Amino acid sequence: MSVPIYWRESKYRYKLIGSECMKCHKRFYPPKRVCPVCGSRELKDVKLPDKGHVVTYTIIRVPPKGYEEYAPYPIALIELEDGTRLIAQLTDVDPKDVKIGMVVKATFRKLSEIGRDGIIQYGVKFRPLIENES
Amino acid sequence: MSMRRVAIVGIGYTKIGEHWGRSLRDLFVEAALKAMDDAGVERVDALYVGNMMSASLQEQEHLGALLAGDIGLSGIPACKVEAACASGGMSIHQAYLAVASGEYDIVMAAGVEKMTDRLTPEVTLSLAMAEDREYVIFSGATFVGLNALLHRLYMHKYGAEPEDIALVAVNDHENAVNTPYAHFRNRVSVETVLSSPMIADPIHLFECAPISDGAAALILCPLDKARKFTDTPIEIEASTVSTDRLSVHERDDPLTLMAIVRAARKAYEKAKIEPKDIDFVESHDAFTILGVMTLEDLGFARKGEGYLLVREGQIARDGRIPMNTMGGLKARGHPIGATGIYQAVDAVLQLRGEAGKNQLSKAERGLIHSMGGVGGTVVINILRRAD
Repeated sequence: MSVPIYWRESKYRYKLIGSECMKCHKRFYPPKRVCPVCGSRELKDVKLPDKGHVVTYTIIRVPPKGYEEYAPYPIALIELEDGTRLIAQLTDVDPKDVKIGMVVKATFRKLSEIGRDGIIQYGVKFRPLIENES
Repeated sequence: MSMRRVAIVGIGYTKIGEHWGRSLRDLFVEAALKAMDDAGVERVDALYVGNMMSASLQEQEHLGALLAGDIGLSGIPACKVEAACASGGMSIHQAYLAVASGEYDIVMAAGVEKMTDRLTPEVTLSLAMAEDREYVIFSGATFVGLNALLHRLYMHKYGAEPEDIALVAVNDHENAVNTPYAHFRNRVSVETVLSSPMIADPIHLFECAPISDGAAALILCPLDKARKFTDTPIEIEASTVSTDRLSVHERDDPLTLMAIVRAARKAYEKAKIEPKDIDFVESHDAFTILGVMTLEDLGFARKGEGYLLVREGQIARDGRIPMNTMGGLKARGHPIGATGIYQAVDAVLQLRGEAGKNQLSKAERGLIHSMGGVGGTVVINILRRAD
């Protein structure tokens, strides 16, 4: 793995930028060049909402290379407020407190700092909503 | 264009397990030569090799020419076929097309995977390459983890209990007891499965296919020439493939594997049959939940009711739809790129009447389901004992 691979994806990873189909208005993350729903080639970058809820989740106890020191950690299928779905890591939560339906918010975090040419890798994780937070 | 009918006339395979002293090439050669001996042929016209991870685990590619040379057949057309865990099934599909088209007469569909050359975190990462590396796997997800997302959602939505799903592993182990080439030949109880360590909640260790080494090979030829090589040709009645949006979060219903639905529908249509005409199924149950969902998406149970079929014991050898009659991925073993070929070996043994103590009372037609990723690629091969 190399620096260019990391560098060219960083905009989408750091800011949760997906794409929206100009024909059927479905949204996707990560971004796409062709709409998987209607086949349109007219898609544009769009900032996705940073709030959503947990559709389903797991706790990773046997991690892949590069993530060993962080396990156990939760991974969730999240549905954002606009209906866009994605897979992301949950943070700031005890794995045993994760629930289906839990409301979560995107936050910029470190993903991994070992492997892959020594790059410290950042991206979006999701954390539980804090009390009284909108 | 009229296509020729195709038959399997030879099978060869190694025992599945942890072959510390043997290389990928060594395993392939054993399986390939056994298959050629079984069919009584000294050469083949073309070779397809199913394999997923030789690049990341052995730092070796170009398996087609490499392995053709290893069996003394340099010169023949040969290539590696890769579709993640469906690589073996896809190798059969390519060989089927090659014979059916009329281009080649005798073709080898092989598969090999040598997984124990690396430590578990490296194998875990290699397996995860079946998914979108830069987003889904970047998050820290593993292949087991993605299946665990479905496992939890399935129980939540349809009310299945952990015990119902664990029974898929119990059934595999029961069937592997009499399979000489199986990775694990011990029985396990539901309690054993559910008290084994958690890998990715709610998936326990004993609900995951093991890390296995193995190689297997088939010899295919036109059905009308098959009796020159064997008294019991097994026809490939249908060989179909479908793909799906790679990641589960991109699908309308994560609990329906549309690639199975589409490939199966096409296969039934080509073979002019319905699910009720299938005597047994070899299912790609890399994780127990996939065994349950596959029963539904192949049409043996309604959506959300596959676990009831399992709970009622209908997947046992004397059940309504015997599943993984020689041990399945969990117990016979899952050497990734070879798995689809082993599934065909299991089915051929049943259809030839050579399945020993596991021989089904009725085995005229079997369905093989091979799957890459979490349903990103599905290959269905329907085999039938030729009249």
